[in-house]
Amino acid sequence: MSKANESPHVATAMRIAREVAGPQAASVDRDARFPREALDALKEARLLSAFVPKAMGGLGLGMIELSQMCEALAQHCASTGMVFAMHQIQVACLVRHANGVGFFERYLKELAAKQYLIASVTSEVGIGGEMRTSICAVEKSGDRFKLDKDASTISYGEHADDLLVTARAAPDATPNDQALVLVSKPDYSLERTGAWDTLGMRGTCSPPFKMRSTGSAERILPAPFADIASQTMVPFSHILWASCWLGISTAAVSKARAFVRNQARSKPGQTPPSAMRLAEVATQLQMMRANVHDVASECEYLMNHPESSIDVLSSVAFAVKMNNLKVSTSEAAFQIAHRCLGICGIMGYKNDSKFSIGIHMRDSMSAALMVSNDRILSTNAAMLLVLKDD
Amino acid sequence: MVEDIRSILKEHGKLSVDIAGLSDDADLYQAGLTSHASVNVMLALEGKFDIEFPDRMLKRNVFESVSAIRAAIEELTGGA
Ligand SMILES: Cc1cc2nc3c(=O)[nH]c(=O)nc-3n(C[C@H](O)[C@H](O)[C@H](O)COP(=O)(O)OP(=O)(O)OC[C@H]3O[C@@H](n4cnc5c(N)ncnc54)[C@H](O)[C@@H]3O)c2cc1C
Repeated sequence: MSKANESPHVATAMRIAREVAGPQAASVDRDARFPREALDALKEARLLSAFVPKAMGGLGLGMIELSQMCEALAQHCASTGMVFAMHQIQVACLVRHANGVGFFERYLKELAAKQYLIASVTSEVGIGGEMRTSICAVEKSGDRFKLDKDASTISYGEHADDLLVTARAAPDATPNDQALVLVSKPDYSLERTGAWDTLGMRGTCSPPFKMRSTGSAERILPAPFADIASQTMVPFSHILWASCWLGISTAAVSKARAFVRNQARSKPGQTPPSAMRLAEVATQLQMMRANVHDVASECEYLMNHPESSIDVLSSVAFAVKMNNLKVSTSEAAFQIAHRCLGICGIMGYKNDSKFSIGIHMRDSMSAALMVSNDRILSTNAAMLLVLKDD
Repeated sequence: MVEDIRSILKEHGKLSVDIAGLSDDADLYQAGLTSHASVNVMLALEGKFDIEFPDRMLKRNVFESVSAIRAAIEELTGGA
């Protein structure tokens, strides 16, 4: 990671994380409010177009730097990290699958200039987290489309400029024959149909909405969603989510370390018993970090070599690996927070202590549900029946 | 061979249309083949033709149509 450690953009994200996201984190969590200050700072630093190529006004960064930014932000405010991650996933889908197409090229330049924020609308009432299935359909007539979706969760829906929406490609298309559509503020309405009063990730502000939209048909991405999903949406989601969870785990472990150091200082000469538990949780954190970095580096390499890598990105072996990353890091995140609670004891259990672990436990509990691990494992179970790993 | 492929798709593909109405080049994913169902199709093909699809062939486009599946099997069985 040495190259990205020298990245001035990662350094900027780290500064925003420390100076803006951290100080607002408690009120974001308590009031389940959008982390406005941090997002404004990220826009100011032009980081919302981090993945947009330089030639189009963006920063032209890759997966490794994005991953480090998500980790840094989530370490100080998990909701900020997750909002940033989800936005970058949407941008990556457009950059990698619609760049060069007239409308989207103009749009990406505009996104870089105006620092638009894009939200994701994949989950649907009646389907849950199965991203590769839709009930709603795009209805085209002439050069216009109409698309209504009963969305079960749209993070920062009320704070986004644009939405990237999955739907069946046509009213007579099968549930897995999907298209991805970019709908923009003047063209959509959101009717909120529920609340977002959750255990954690409260600042992502992700209630259910009925979305209604119309627009020009050029906003439908030309690439089939199947390709976008396997080559970009899934790898970016799993890596950037995992980076956020790594940030949460790092935050929990750093409180546990501080707690153990405090104990040690009060009785010099005696290693406190909790130090062994700290040593144990440190191994798990290292494993999690190595996992995230390994997969992020592999992905960055593949994406920099598009000629030879499309086949790899759409292979069963790659899909299994991406899913393994998601399941293992989401489980690790909660386990690590739980272990840190054990280390800090009652001081970790209190919400008003500087060693409070509650927020990290609550935030990390979303990881296993954010596309259910059982759903992902059942997909892997099927794929492993044919994968030989030879 | 094409008849065997078609009957496996009929039994395991969970297509939303009748396979009989699809040409050999028709896109099976557009006809409703999901990745879950495609795994069952692969398993049935491996059993029926006594082959093993190597990992490099486990890709969406290899199973996208009856002709693509036939080409893959022929590659593995030496064109027999
Ligand atoms: C913090 C957060 C932010 C989110 N933001 C967004 C967003 O911006 N946009 C968006 O579209 N979505 C978002 N989501 C939704 C998320 O991506 C999933 O769609 C959602 O969490 C899944 O909902 P579910 O648990 O009700 O559904 P399901 O996936 O249906 O799961 C329900 C239960 O059924 C089980 N189950 C279902 N199918 C299977 C199967 N095949 N095999 C085994 N078990 C199965 C699951 O294990 C689980 O117990 C967000 C979620 C979280 C937690």
